[in-house]
Amino acid sequence: MAVVDPLIELRGVNKHYGALHVLRSVDLTVGRGEVVVVIGPSGSGKSTLCRAMNRLESVESGEILVDGRPLPEEGKALARLRAEVGMVFQSFNLFAHRTVLANVSLAQVKVRRRRKEEADRRSRELLDRVGLAAHADKYPAQLSGGQQQRVAIARALAMDPKALLFDEPTSALDPEMINEVLEVMQQLAREGMTMVVVTHEMGFARSAAHRVVFMADGKIVEDRTPEEFFTAPRSERARDFLSKILKH
Amino acid sequence: MDVLTDNFSLYGKGFLGTVELTVYSSALALVLGFVMASFRVAPVGSFRVFGTVWVTVLRNTPLTLLFFAVMLGLPRFGLVLPFELFAVLALGCYTSAFICEVLRSGINTVPRGQGEAARSLGMTFSQTLSTVVLPQAFRTVIPPVGSTLIALAKNSAIAGAFSVTELLGTYKPLSELGYDIVWTFVWIAVGYLIITLTISALFHLMEKRWGVAR
Repeated sequence: MAVVDPLIELRGVNKHYGALHVLRSVDLTVGRGEVVVVIGPSGSGKSTLCRAMNRLESVESGEILVDGRPLPEEGKALARLRAEVGMVFQSFNLFAHRTVLANVSLAQVKVRRRRKEEADRRSRELLDRVGLAAHADKYPAQLSGGQQQRVAIARALAMDPKALLFDEPTSALDPEMINEVLEVMQQLAREGMTMVVVTHEMGFARSAAHRVVFMADGKIVEDRTPEEFFTAPRSERARDFLSKILKH
Repeated sequence: MDVLTDNFSLYGKGFLGTVELTVYSSALALVLGFVMASFRVAPVGSFRVFGTVWVTVLRNTPLTLLFFAVMLGLPRFGLVLPFELFAVLALGCYTSAFICEVLRSGINTVPRGQGEAARSLGMTFSQTLSTVVLPQAFRTVIPPVGSTLIALAKNSAIAGAFSVTELLGTYKPLSELGYDIVWTFVWIAVGYLIITLTISALFHLMEKRWGVAR
């Protein structure tokens, strides 16, 4: 698909885990303000793809560009770039030894060099936005999974990132907590945040995504609008996948 | 009993010597161990190699041999220091290898995702280590660090053989003066107990204060 204003570009990206070829010359472009949902069977490489975009996974060949610049190697330059690309994990990964407020403020102070009071003020705004202002002084372990994930989103937003990556953000949640997280994500999508979302939530893909990318065996098999993809998948592999998950 | 009351100042000097050796060597071992543990988990390969070589060499050298190497070897390269300083150097470096491994095992108890989350926010390696990983690792390593420092306190006895004033060495003048050897050693043992039990108590307090709540 042609993208007008690319923010994240992958060109011919390859990665192996031993003998397993997890990413097979993947090309993908994510435009500014676009919401791209990545779906596919487990082991298809979608999480690896997501993590490669901020180099939590290194790749063996190919190019990854963020805002026109290639991803730097390890070091300060990479750290600076990561601050521009937020990430939300399946297992939340809130800092267990810090309060909710400190979780959201920490990187603002350390990376963005904001003053503590300024960072805390911003953190409270963001916590309010995800509906958790009252929980600022609790520790992560005192919150439910859905609440922890919303804090994690606030923490990523606190860096004012250009894009957000979501690596299966609702897969570790109880069913009744999934919606509270998806609602926050829907709102972000409406506000024009650039998002790459690896998920199994087909409802979210239908309603919030501009594009659906279907991956299987390390390759991007389909890359289309949600309506097209869900009503008339082109490939046998996607038809098979959809028939399995949409049956119930 | 006489042996203690008659020679209190001699015992006292030895006791203080051991305390000094223990405190200074512990400080050196903790600092070096911390640096080496950081090296061993660093993203830069040459740092990891350096840390691994440091641990492998020091942990596998008998401490007495290390004392000989430092006391006799370093002066050959023109480095002449007081024996006390050489002893602190040998003890501190030796123990740092063990502290390093204790810290590294603590780092490994912190879930991978904690470091990944910090890095994904743009924190550098050293920020990630110092503000996210080590504070959580610290809670789990309090007991084994205590054990390592107790071992250090007792290992300091070797310094006595290299004319450093310390507790065990006090038996020589006392036995020359004809005191009963059993009681001489009993009081030396009590001296070591005071030091090691103090370390135990200190780490017990730290564990209560900062240890992981289970």
